Amino acid sequence: MRKLIVSPAPHVHGSESTRKIMLDVIIALAPSMLVAVYFFGLSAIQLLLVSVLVCVGLEYLIQKYLFRRQPTVSDLSAVVTGVLLALNLPPSAPWWVAVIGGVVAIGITKMTFGGLGHNIFNPALVGRVFLLVSFPVIMTDWTVPESIFRPGVDAVSGATPLAIVKEGLAQGQTVEQILAANPDLSYGQMLFARAGGSAGEASALALIIGFIYLLVRKVIRPHIPVTIILTVALMSGIFWLINPEQYTDPLFNILTGGLLLGSIFMATDYVTSPMAPKGMIIYGIGIGVLTVLIRYFGSYPEGVSFAILIMNSIVPLLNKYIKPARFGKEVKHA
Amino acid sequence: MRRTFSMGGVHPCDCKISADSAIEIFPLPQRMYISMSQHLGAPAKPLVQKGDKVKAGQLIGASAGFISANIHSSVSGTVAAVEPYADLAGNPVMHVVVDVEGDEWEESIDRTSDVVREIKLGPAEIIKRIADCGIVGMGGASFPTHVKLSPPPGKKAEFLIINGAECEPYLTSDYRLMVEYPEEVLLGARIMMKALGVTKGYIGIEDNKPAAIEAMRRLTASSYTEIKVVPLKKKYPQGGEKQLIDAVTGRKVPSMGLPIDTGVVVQNVGTSYAVYEAVQKNKPLFEGVMTITGQCLGGQHNFLVRTGTTFDRILEYVGGVPQTAAKIISGGPMMGKAVSNLSAATVKSSSSLLLLTEEQTRRRAEGECIRCGKCVEACPMGLEPYLLNKLSRAGRMEDLEEHKVYDCIECGCCMFTCPAYIPLLDYIRTGKADVMRIMRSRPKK
Repeated sequence: MRKLIVSPAPHVHGSESTRKIMLDVIIALAPSMLVAVYFFGLSAIQLLLVSVLVCVGLEYLIQKYLFRRQPTVSDLSAVVTGVLLALNLPPSAPWWVAVIGGVVAIGITKMTFGGLGHNIFNPALVGRVFLLVSFPVIMTDWTVPESIFRPGVDAVSGATPLAIVKEGLAQGQTVEQILAANPDLSYGQMLFARAGGSAGEASALALIIGFIYLLVRKVIRPHIPVTIILTVALMSGIFWLINPEQYTDPLFNILTGGLLLGSIFMATDYVTSPMAPKGMIIYGIGIGVLTVLIRYFGSYPEGVSFAILIMNSIVPLLNKYIKPARFGKEVKHA
Repeated sequence: MRRTFSMGGVHPCDCKISADSAIEIFPLPQRMYISMSQHLGAPAKPLVQKGDKVKAGQLIGASAGFISANIHSSVSGTVAAVEPYADLAGNPVMHVVVDVEGDEWEESIDRTSDVVREIKLGPAEIIKRIADCGIVGMGGASFPTHVKLSPPPGKKAEFLIINGAECEPYLTSDYRLMVEYPEEVLLGARIMMKALGVTKGYIGIEDNKPAAIEAMRRLTASSYTEIKVVPLKKKYPQGGEKQLIDAVTGRKVPSMGLPIDTGVVVQNVGTSYAVYEAVQKNKPLFEGVMTITGQCLGGQHNFLVRTGTTFDRILEYVGGVPQTAAKIISGGPMMGKAVSNLSAATVKSSSSLLLLTEEQTRRRAEGECIRCGKCVEACPMGLEPYLLNKLSRAGRMEDLEEHKVYDCIECGCCMFTCPAYIPLLDYIRTGKADVMRIMRSRPKK
């Protein structure tokens, strides 16, 4: 008799795979990568390459020689971490910063806990925050190198919009005066392209295109990014209505800093975000509230990274206590 | 907006490649293997011995309990043996083996194709006839139909839903019945409504079957106005009882509850057709429509097959098992059973033989859970498959119960959708079986 495969149902599988999901995330990040390369040229390419190579290479070596397992780098998750880390660095950062960031992201944050699926914190974010704390000068120097594609343009030197505002407020200026003195901070420029900030923050539009792609491909659900953005809008809106001289308006808060990059690509990281829709919303509100509090009252101009990492730490609790709605609520005991 | 069930579900390829193949009568084989355990519940007691002559429709196995069903011979001939014979999984089950001689039916059966519209029997007689004729649910679970039509004391049915969802990919037997015998299906529904004492019926049909919706609508618009056709937005597992009730009425069967708790009785299209034949034609259930399909097969078929025909015989008739076929499934690809023994025979509720290639059915190496939550999103019962999988592997029975593993309907959506290829349902199923055993063993309060 011929041999037949016998196994329990279901006998077919859908088209999803971890690799396809990761590839979709990389595709969604492509517009932001292109914008970064357009503005920052070779240095952006160099950061992306070094970061991805370190992340993938380290994961491969750890799996092969420490875990003594078949390496699974072909799932592309380390590539995603590498790209996100590079997009979170100032474009002017030297290449070795990306190396250190990659070691912290993959070596410490991801592999120490057992690799893909086991880490508590978002690897790329831990890498970024480690660098921010360790090399504050490099990590907040947003001097933009001359673009290879735009040789005639002078190097733009400056701080991030949030840092400009924070500094201005510290010197006693009002928001209105600060914005008037910095025509670079127009909404239009922030939406399409603004060369001040980390490589991935340059264009809000590129990030939004990526967001739409992820939604259409059903890679992520809208709950987390939408909740974060609405919370930030609502909270900053309240402060702004109370005192527009001291606090920036909601749209400014949404378009600046890492808010879009963070809420679309970092906060939605499967491994470190809640599973159930209700949990996602609580998590999103937490990130939004913490972001605004850090931006307005903290010593750092930007708070998205810290907000996401703090909320990462309570994800296991959210998964434990916030359950999805069950079908047929009341329990009928036989 | 088309109605559908409210949570979870997946969209596998519909693959209804046999939809346009009309029902053909499958030729009688030389030998029939009629199982005494074709239903949920106690196996029937064999009533014949080796050497006895039997006719098609003759009672050869008597129902052995409240949840059990009569078994009738599907052919005329001589009983060659009454002995254990391996079922599709290779487990020995008592069978009556009949050597086929001619095709003589019990005289009481109306063999004409005339549609008998007048329902003469009263409710109690209908239920008795359904029990006598050994009708069981044709949707897969094979639950004795007369039991389902007799709600427990204190429970009252408000309406009947005929399940025409046929949400499993590939299967087209219900579809062919709805297209070719719509009036018989509706008469079956009308008979069951009379038995239940209800005046309102629905037939839920997924919108990938426009010809069936159309055929039913034509009849319900004129003569069967008490039955309403409800087109449903295609989504698996729409044909699950709880999902269908939700999709059609919006009512939710409570956890651990039965459909009757929402005042609904659900019966499948095939069952409805069998009820019509039993009550109006006095014909016991001994044949049914089976889809023989698969991309690797040369032709796609819907056969009217007598119960007890071996899978071998059917596959031989369609040209043998192709070299590329790696798995043969009795039922659909989401919930069907893989056949390990091709000499096993069909039972009343056999709905299909599906042949899949290795590429179509291969299980890939299990990866790490990336906590994407896609299984949670896909679960139509609102459970957390990733968690149940882990708890089951760790043997944590209390936690499994706390997280309602008993609500799992084993539809396979979680495993179908898992990007890490984790065999979630394999483990959840074993955990559920253990928890159910523990729950049953507890002293009743």
